[in-house]
Amino acid sequence: MTHSTLLATPPLVARPYAAAQSIADSRPSSGHIEFDDISVRYGNNKVVESVCLKVPRNSVTAMIGPSGCGKSSMLYTVNRLCDLIPGCCVTGSVEFSWLDNEQMRKDAILLRRQVGMLFQRPNPFPFSIWKNLEFALKQHGIRAKADVNERIESALQEVGLWDEVKDRLSASAFSLSGGQQQRLCLARALVLQPAVLLMDEPCSALDPISTQKIEDLILRLSRTRTILLVTHSLGQARRVASQVAMFWKLDGVGRLIECGSALDLFDQPRHDLTKSYLAYA
Amino acid sequence: MNTLGSSLPYPRDRLWNGFLWVGSLLVVAVLLWPLLIVVLEGSHALSLEFFTQSPSDAGRSGGILPILVSTLAIVSVSLAAALPLAFAIAVMLTEVCRPDGWIATSMRCSLDVLAGVPSVVFGLFGLSLFCRQLGMGYSIAAGGLTLACMILPTLARALTTALEAAGEQHRVSGAALGLSQPAVLWSVTVPVALPGICAGLILAMTRALAETAVLLFTSGYSDRMPESIMDSGRSISIHIYDLSTNVPGGMQNAYGSALALLLMLTVLSVSVHWATRWMHKHMTGASQR
Repeated sequence: MTHSTLLATPPLVARPYAAAQSIADSRPSSGHIEFDDISVRYGNNKVVESVCLKVPRNSVTAMIGPSGCGKSSMLYTVNRLCDLIPGCCVTGSVEFSWLDNEQMRKDAILLRRQVGMLFQRPNPFPFSIWKNLEFALKQHGIRAKADVNERIESALQEVGLWDEVKDRLSASAFSLSGGQQQRLCLARALVLQPAVLLMDEPCSALDPISTQKIEDLILRLSRTRTILLVTHSLGQARRVASQVAMFWKLDGVGRLIECGSALDLFDQPRHDLTKSYLAYA
Repeated sequence: MNTLGSSLPYPRDRLWNGFLWVGSLLVVAVLLWPLLIVVLEGSHALSLEFFTQSPSDAGRSGGILPILVSTLAIVSVSLAAALPLAFAIAVMLTEVCRPDGWIATSMRCSLDVLAGVPSVVFGLFGLSLFCRQLGMGYSIAAGGLTLACMILPTLARALTTALEAAGEQHRVSGAALGLSQPAVLWSVTVPVALPGICAGLILAMTRALAETAVLLFTSGYSDRMPESIMDSGRSISIHIYDLSTNVPGGMQNAYGSALALLLMLTVLSVSVHWATRWMHKHMTGASQR
C-alpha cells in the first residue's frame, strides 16, 4: 500500500528543500534523512500510518499538529528509542543519506551517537555539571584527558553555558535553573558531536527568556546539523523552522497531511485541516 | 499560636481535627509505651560486662557477647544471600522484563505470596532443606539462609520500588545518548535509587534481627561463642524468648537483652543510613570534577 492511497487527503509537499538548502553548508558528515512509509503501532493501537518525509540536511524541520497525532513517535523512530517501548512496532524505514544504514540498523548505540536528543523536560544526570558531559564521553571510549576537556568546554561554549558555569563545574547539575539545565542537556548531546538533533518540545517547560535562548541555539546549530523539532508552539515553528510538517489524526491514526517550507505552509496552507489549525493559533 | 483547630469554624471540622489528633497521639503512645518499658526495665542490666561476657547460669547472669556475635553472623549471612538475589530480581523486573508480561506478573505474584507466608513455615522449610537435606545441621549458616528466603520478598519489593522510582527519564535519556543499559543502571539509576535501596535494606535487616520462629528450627540454642558459621548459634531474639519463658528469674536479663537489641537496631540503621549517604555522594560525584 502506498503512502498516497492511505491518506484521505494526499500530503502536499511544497518545495521541501527550497528554504533549507539556502542555509546548508558543506559539512561532509551530514545529509538528509528520509522517512519511507513509516507506520508505528503500540500493541494493537496504531498511532502513525504511512508517513513519507524528507528532512533536508543542516536545517530545522518542525513537526506540528495536535497532541496524540504521532509526532513524538516519529522522532523515536529516528534514534530507535521506540525499541525501548514494550509492544512498539515500527514498519517502513528511516534512511540517513550519509551513514551506513545497514550498520545503523544493527547497532542502535552507534546510531544514537550520531543522533542526539533533547527532551521536553531537562533531564540531567544526578552528577556534577562536568561529570554530566564527561560520563557520556567516557562511556563512548573517549578518555584522553585533553580531548575530554576540549570537547566539554567546546560543547558548553556552543550552548552559551561556559561563562555561566565555568567557576562551578563541580556543582550539582540540579543547582542550575531549568533553562540552564536544558542547555546542559543540549551540551551533553553535542559533546558526542552528533550530525542530527531530535528535539521533543524542548521549550515547553521553560520561561520566555530561556525559550529565546534555546531558539537562538537551534538556529545556530542548524547551520551544521540536521534538526528535527516537535513543537506545539506555531510561533516557534515559524521562527526557527525552514520546513514544517503538519500531522493530524485521521480515522484515529496520525498522518502527515501537509509538508512544505515554513513560509509556504504558514502563509498559504493548502490543506483544510492545516488552515483551520493555524486559524486557532 | 496559629493552630489548625482555631481556624476551623464548623463543629464537624473541629470534631474531625480532634479525631486526627487523638489518633496521632495514640500511634505515638503505642510506639513509645513498649520502648519505655524496655528502657526502664532493661537499663538496670546494662553494663560493660553485659556486652563483653558470655552468659552463665542459663542466662540469668553474665553477658550476651556470644549472642551478639551469633546474631550479627546470622543477619550477615542472610543479607549476603538475599541482597544479590533481591537486586537481580529488581533489575529483572525494572530493566529486562516487560512490566505487563507474564514473566514479570508471575515474579511479582510469587513475591507477594512469599511475603505472606508465616515465618514458622519458612522455619520448617529451612529445617528440611538446609539442616537435613544439605547437611548443615543446626547452624548459623542454615539459620541465615532460611532468613534470607524469608526476607527476600520484602527486600526484592523494596529494591524494585526504589529502581522504578529512580525514574524512567534517566533510562531513556541514557539510551538516547547511546549509553549501554548496564552503564546507565550502575552509574545513574543505582546512585539515584540508593536511598530507597537503603530503606529496603534497613527494613529487611530489622526483620531478620527480630525474627525468632525461623531460627528456633534452624540455628539452634547454643549460647557458646561460635567459631564458624557452621556452628550452632543463638540469636538475641531467641535468647530473649528463652529467658522470658523457660528460665525462672531470667526476666531482668531478658529486658537487658531486649534493650541491647533496640540499641543494635538503632546503631545498624544509622550506620546503613550514613554509609548510603556517603556512597550516594561518592557515586553521583557532586563534588568531583
